Amino acid sequence: MKPVDAVITKVVEETPTIRTFFFDTSFESEPGQFVMVWIRGVDEIPMALSYDNAVTVQKVGTATSALFEFGEDDSIGIRGPFGNGFRIKGDNILLIAGGVGAAPLSPLAEKAGLQGFEVTTLLGAKTKEELVFRERFESAGKVMVATDDGTAGKHGYVTQLIDGKDYDQIYCCGPEIMMKKVLDKVQPEKSQFSLHRYIKCGLGICGACCVDGLRVCKDGPVFTGEVLNRSEFGLYMRNECGEKVKV
Amino acid sequence: MLSLALTGLELKNPLMLAAGIMGTTGGSLKRIADNGAGAVITKSLGIEPASGHNNPTMVEVDCGYLNAMGLPNPSYKNFQQEIDIAAGAGTPVIASIFGGCALDFSEIAGVLDADAFELNVSCPHAWGYGAQIGTDPDLVEDITKAVKAATDAPVWVKLTPNVTDIISIGLAAQRGGADAVVAINTVRAMAIDINSGYPILGNRFGGLSGRAIKPVAIKCVYDLYDALKIPVIGVGGISDWKDAIEFIMAGARAVEVGSAVGNNISIFKDISSGMEAFLMEKEWTLDEIYGMAHKI
Repeated sequence: MKPVDAVITKVVEETPTIRTFFFDTSFESEPGQFVMVWIRGVDEIPMALSYDNAVTVQKVGTATSALFEFGEDDSIGIRGPFGNGFRIKGDNILLIAGGVGAAPLSPLAEKAGLQGFEVTTLLGAKTKEELVFRERFESAGKVMVATDDGTAGKHGYVTQLIDGKDYDQIYCCGPEIMMKKVLDKVQPEKSQFSLHRYIKCGLGICGACCVDGLRVCKDGPVFTGEVLNRSEFGLYMRNECGEKVKV
Repeated sequence: MLSLALTGLELKNPLMLAAGIMGTTGGSLKRIADNGAGAVITKSLGIEPASGHNNPTMVEVDCGYLNAMGLPNPSYKNFQQEIDIAAGAGTPVIASIFGGCALDFSEIAGVLDADAFELNVSCPHAWGYGAQIGTDPDLVEDITKAVKAATDAPVWVKLTPNVTDIISIGLAAQRGGADAVVAINTVRAMAIDINSGYPILGNRFGGLSGRAIKPVAIKCVYDLYDALKIPVIGVGGISDWKDAIEFIMAGARAVEVGSAVGNNISIFKDISSGMEAFLMEKEWTLDEIYGMAHKI
């Protein structure tokens, strides 16, 4: 598919560095699937859908900075949704979100909450004002918070909130080092992780986003802990040239 | 039933992974080899690491795919370990290489250890590389000669269809000592976003692959088979076993599959079992259908 023209209808400032861009087109998708967002003349970047008609973006580089200049009535191009999202399983689930990693997990929380699942969320950020979608997770179930500087919830990392309780399934998205720590703490076969890599084609063809032999854009972006345990996840990633670099 | 010798390499079938597809990690190349490919070809490797063009680098259009990746690659200097991982599948690994001059090509081929080299003198959208070289018969001959002098491994030359006469370029590769030619690379193409007027690809234009280019590729293979003594390897728009058979009948000794891998990671198994069933039903051998369209 060619990019679909999506006109921005609303921009919400979630935190000082994170904004949600709502557009006039809805995409039927599973939580965890992503779209390629084309900022014309600049770049095209992968983004998880945080609502059927929105992406939630942290300002980190050239493309996201350009997007932050956009407001109502500006338009972007969207391809997708692509990839495999989270598989909802069991009755009692745990969500672990770090920073903007809350974006793909929030629609999952809402969907699971509506379906009557018992949803517990561990929400982490650098500081209180960087916590994203706290209300959305709270409307779905219980929420525990951790901040690096102790301005809200536990003073420390979100991974320190993990208790020994048995959950049917654990869902995680955040910085890779944090996700690797989670994977080391939980039962791999009962956990799912949403990965971030340089994605070029988004179509499963070019191989730029591969984690070993796995295509993040097509086989992922969500993988089970069991699959990731046998891969370079948490150790290495490929940069935009394809060079192996430490996570 | 499908096994063959190709420029000295023993292949279990004539189906290879095309360059630029799932070719950046040893793990992805091995996965394709484990899924039935007769050989795998790496992403094109150059002298220095390069990030390629800005996104969008690939987009699906009505009749295929448009891409301008811009030769992103980690450099050959960082790639031997990936080739070694891919080779663990027990399937030949061919290194696709590119450069701006004969010295670049021979430097890479002199150092990398691969089962064969495919010279990318045909990428349609990288300034100073690829088709900028591959449209000039003298340059193609010189580069092929230089690589042949630098390595004992077989050397294949991948040709661009974006020329008036592909035969003259094929003959130049043959004069340079190429062991085979590969036809075709993508066809120059472009798409524009009508909502904004922007060309969609970050590079503005690129190359077309997929179903639309198959008849173009078939004609190139047909012509090269007639004109050359060395084998022709066919590539362009193959998505099922019938396409592969058609290429072989046109004169391809083997074929490469690219874009179609995206939607079917097991495509090599599917094509080989389809080809086997067809040959059995027709009571033909691979050798009998090779170049069949020329003989009847």
